[in-house]
Amino acid sequence: MNNMIAIFRKQLKDTLKNKTVFLQFVMFPILTLIMNHAIKIDGMPKNFFVNLFAAMYIGMAPLTSMAAIIAEEKEKNTLRVLLMSNVKPQEYLLGIGSYVWFACMLGAMVICTAGGYKLQGSIIFMSIMAIGILASSLIGAAIGTWSQTQMMATSVTVPVMMIFSFMPMLSLFNTTIAKIGKFTYLEQISRMLSQVNSFQLDVEGICIIVVNMLLAAVLFTIAYRRCGLA
Amino acid sequence: MSYTIMAKNLSLQFRDNQILKDITFEVENGEIFGLLGPSGAGKTTLIKILTGQLQQDDGYAELLGKDTRKLSTLERKQIGTMMDNFGLYDRLSVYDNLSFYSDIYHISRSAINELLKSIGLYEGRNTAVSKLSKGMKNRLSLARALMNNNKVLFLDEPTAGLDPVTTREIHETLEKQKEKGMTIFLTTHNMFEAESLCDHIVLLSKGSIIENGRPTDICKKYNHLNKLRVTLENGETILLENSSASAMMMKEYLEKNRIEAVHSTEPTLETVFMELTGRGLDSYE
Repeated sequence: MNNMIAIFRKQLKDTLKNKTVFLQFVMFPILTLIMNHAIKIDGMPKNFFVNLFAAMYIGMAPLTSMAAIIAEEKEKNTLRVLLMSNVKPQEYLLGIGSYVWFACMLGAMVICTAGGYKLQGSIIFMSIMAIGILASSLIGAAIGTWSQTQMMATSVTVPVMMIFSFMPMLSLFNTTIAKIGKFTYLEQISRMLSQVNSFQLDVEGICIIVVNMLLAAVLFTIAYRRCGLA
Repeated sequence: MSYTIMAKNLSLQFRDNQILKDITFEVENGEIFGLLGPSGAGKTTLIKILTGQLQQDDGYAELLGKDTRKLSTLERKQIGTMMDNFGLYDRLSVYDNLSFYSDIYHISRSAINELLKSIGLYEGRNTAVSKLSKGMKNRLSLARALMNNNKVLFLDEPTAGLDPVTTREIHETLEKQKEKGMTIFLTTHNMFEAESLCDHIVLLSKGSIIENGRPTDICKKYNHLNKLRVTLENGETILLENSSASAMMMKEYLEKNRIEAVHSTEPTLETVFMELTGRGLDSYE
């Protein structure tokens, strides 16, 4: 636990000096605040930008930051030194994972505030965000573990991120994409986010999210067994 | 005799490449041990095996009395490592790098400033690591390796590419640690470093040990001439054998104040290595 806290604190200090990762955490919350207040079109669904950017935030921020942090530590040999200093791989992953999760949840709070939800709506919104961020973090961890360098991580992260993040938006315009996208966790998250004020437990949606998370966990396990952390 | 590190018939193969072949040696408690060889000889691989980062195909290795493949938390806590690529957090300051590891090792923050003063980095403690020179990064990396008061310290090319002053400072730090009883295992291709710093060395070439012993013993062993090289005031060099005739000649030269310099024909480690392998220590394998 002490090691996890130390890694969490180190990562916090590092993010404040790492513009690329810092931008990932703040870009969509700021965009949401701006767009939600600046653009009002007749007939536009309520909280259109909140839901759209919340889904994109889930698809991008945890995935790219998690992959980038792990890949950078592998590339620069800091992870090897850390593991040699008696930090267990699971402590490292939980330390980084919890940091990314908390940082993204702070961003989610900003997006939630922009949505102007009441208490119950806010709790539902944040719960959905929490699950989505967790799923994306798992995929990011798998990519980061599989990659030897940051460059490799980026080349994998970008297409994965684009597919997941833009699918909810493209599904609005194309029924074929909507049919395929239905089976991705982010599509289900996006759908749930758009129904926060009239939320009903959707078993099918939850099952799809759980299966997606399990697949991400399997991917991570394969990457970890093949490449290890250092 | 008690050993901190022991390797017995270690071998490692990667695809068709034999990285290490039948490596056997021991490192006594509290000595500075040097693994000397050119780049690509297998030095870093051997460190990785000894610290449990890599597993050998054959043979047995022991660190602090434990099989290196089964090192526990307790043993790992007693090992300090400084690898050739520093493994420092570039964006964090010198202080933050050490404070992070002080949290990992459960060491008080007050000890960090003392450590920074001892390695001459206290003034630059708030500087980002990315802005440090190579020598400063080396010192910081060494400080991190030392902060846990380990029993064993593994150093991979600790002074490679450093200026003589920084090299000397690092040597002094290592000698102080030796006095405290720390066992130091270092790899180098710098024969001067090996001769001046190490109690015991192993010469490694193409994954095999070609010589093992104390630097002075190895040099004596290959002193085929076993003579004195006397340089006279007129620049003339003469070789004198160990004999009473030579003693008489020396007496005469001394009385006439003709001697400029006297050296033994004992070879350096570099020449021993060249004699054994046909190539220098700076060459790549």
